[in-house]
Amino acid sequence: MTGERLRAGTAGAAWQRAVWLRGRAAMRDLWIGGVLVALVAAFSIGSPYFLTRANWLNTSSTATEVLLLAVGETFVICAGGIDLSVGAVLGFAGTAGAWVMAHGFAGAAGAAPGAVTAGFAVAVTAGAAFGLLNGVLVAWAGVPPFVVTLGTLGIATGLGYLLNNGQEISAIPTSVTTFGNANLGGWIPVPVLITAVITIWCGVLLARTRFGAYALSIGDSREAVIRAGIPYRRYLLKIYLLSGTLAGVAAVLVMARLGAGSPASGATDNLNAIAAVVIGGASLFGGRGTVIGSVIGTGIIAVLLTGLILVNVPPFWQEVAVGAILIAAVYIDQLRTRKSRRN
Amino acid sequence: MPPRLAARELAKHYGGVEALRGVSLHVDAGEVLGLVGDNGAGKSTVAKILSGATFPSAGQVLLDGQPVTFPTPGAARDAGIATVYQDLALAGQRDVVANFFLGREQLSGGWLGRRTGWLDRRAMAEHTRRELARLRTRIPDVHLPARDLSGGQRQALAIARAAAWTGKVLLLDEPTSALGVEQQQQVLDLIRRVRDEGIAVLLISHQMPDVLAVCDRALVLRLGVVAATLAGDELTSENLVGYITGARPARREDQREEQHEDQREARHGDQG
Repeated sequence: MTGERLRAGTAGAAWQRAVWLRGRAAMRDLWIGGVLVALVAAFSIGSPYFLTRANWLNTSSTATEVLLLAVGETFVICAGGIDLSVGAVLGFAGTAGAWVMAHGFAGAAGAAPGAVTAGFAVAVTAGAAFGLLNGVLVAWAGVPPFVVTLGTLGIATGLGYLLNNGQEISAIPTSVTTFGNANLGGWIPVPVLITAVITIWCGVLLARTRFGAYALSIGDSREAVIRAGIPYRRYLLKIYLLSGTLAGVAAVLVMARLGAGSPASGATDNLNAIAAVVIGGASLFGGRGTVIGSVIGTGIIAVLLTGLILVNVPPFWQEVAVGAILIAAVYIDQLRTRKSRRN
Repeated sequence: MPPRLAARELAKHYGGVEALRGVSLHVDAGEVLGLVGDNGAGKSTVAKILSGATFPSAGQVLLDGQPVTFPTPGAARDAGIATVYQDLALAGQRDVVANFFLGREQLSGGWLGRRTGWLDRRAMAEHTRRELARLRTRIPDVHLPARDLSGGQRQALAIARAAAWTGKVLLLDEPTSALGVEQQQQVLDLIRRVRDEGIAVLLISHQMPDVLAVCDRALVLRLGVVAATLAGDELTSENLVGYITGARPARREDQREEQHEDQREARHGDQG
C-alpha cells in the first residue's frame, strides 16, 4: 500500500519515485559487473599466473566461442524463447566445414584459399540453416522453442557424428590454424577481435535499433506486438536465424583455433551460453536483457574456468559452479518477476 | 455531414445463437457515445465488429459515410479506428516511449538510419513527452517501464497512444473498471480531452456513473437489439438501469432513428 500512497502523492513525489526506479534498474545491471571484478581480483590474489599474457590469451579464447553463442542467445531469450541447439549446431557446423575442406578439395594442403573459403562458408551456412529451421518451427508451426531446439540439438549432434563416424576431421589446410592463432601485438587474437566486432554490432542492434526493440517487445508481450500490427513471426525467424548464424561463425573460429572440426566441440557450450545470458541479467520470461550483460556473464564463466585451474581446483568444478550460478540467477529473476507482478 | 462512424443493421450469429439482431448506431466527431447493456446484450460483439476483430453476419459499417469492411484489426486501425481493450496491450518491461511508439517507431533520418532501423530515440522521447503533456496525463518519466506505472497511468498511456495514432474513432472497453476513484476521474478527464480534439469516442462500460459523467449519448443494448438511445434529460441512472434490465420496454423508434442517421447527408445535403 505504500506504493499506492507514493503514486497518489504530489508531482514531486512522483518524480522522486521515477528517479528511484531508474536508479534501481541501473544498479541491477551493475552488480553483476562487480561480481566479475571481484572474481578477477580473487584469482589474481590466489595465483600469480592469473594476470599474465598466457592466461589472458587462454581465457579470451575460451570466452570467444561461448560469447558468440551467448550473443545470439541473448536475442532469443529477450524474445521470450530459448535456443538449446546452439552448442550442437556449433559442433555440426564445424564438422561440416572441415568435411568440405578435407573431401571437397582433393589434396588441399598449405594455403588452399578456395578450400578454406568454401569450408568457412559451409560452416556459417550450416549454422544459419539450423537457425532458419528453428525459426520456422517456432514462428509458424507454433511448436514451443524448448521442444524445437531440443529436437534440433539432437538432429545436429547426430548429423555431426554421422559425417565422419564420430571422429573429428583434422585434415584441413594449415592456413586455417595460422588464421585462428594469429594475433595483433601479441595480445589480441584474431578470433577475439572478430568476436568483439560482432558483439559490439549485436549490442547496438539490440539496444538501438527497431529490430532489437521488437525482439524485446515480442518477449515482453506478444499480444501487444500482434495488436500493434508488427509482423512478429518474421522477426522471430530472424532472431533464431541470427542465433544459428553466430553458432556457425563460432564453429569457424573454434575450428581455426584447434585445426580440426569436431562434432563434440560445442557440447558444454550450451549450458555456458545460456548461463552467461541469464547471469548477465536477461529474463528467461523475455522482455529484458542486454548484450553487455551477456559479455559480463561470459566473462564470469571464462574466468571461473581458467581461474579454477590456476588455483589447482579440478576444472570440472567449473561446470558445477556454472550450473549452480545458473539456477541462482534464474531464481533471483523469478523473485523479481513475482515481486513486480504483485505491484 | 455524415456521422464519423455509423453501423447499419448489424447482425451476428454464432451458430444458432443470435448475438446481434440488427443494431444501428452512429457517433459524430467530438462526441462520446456510451455503449451499455447487461452481459450478453451484444456490446462486445458490436465492439469486435467495429474494430475488425470479427465480421458481421449482416449489416454495414460506414466511416465518414463510406461503407468499409475490415478483414483484420490492422485494417480497422489503418482506417482510423483504434481500440483499447481491458488488457491495454502494453509491454510491461518496456518503457513508456517504446510502448507509445510500438509498431510505429521513428527512425533516424537518411538512408543509413532507414537501412539499419536505427531508432531516433531522442525524437521519440520528445514526441511522447509532448503528446502525453498535451493530453495532460500524469506520467512523470517517459523512460519508466510501463509496469512501474499506476493502473490509471497505464490506462492513460494506452488511451493516449491510441488517440495519437488513429485520430478518427476511439473504442474503449471498460477503461475504468480496475481503477481507484481518483484514477477513474483522471481517465474520464482524459476521455473528455480526447473528445475535445475531435475524435469520436465509443465507451463500453458497466459503470453507470462514468457513462453519466462523460457520455453525450448512451446506446442501451438488450438481447441483441437497441433498447433505447438516451441523451440530455433522458440520460439518467434510472433510465439506463431500466432499459438495461428490461424494466422499461425497448423503444423501437430509437433503433429506427439510428438507422437513418447515416443517411443524414442525403436528407440534409443542402445544409452541408
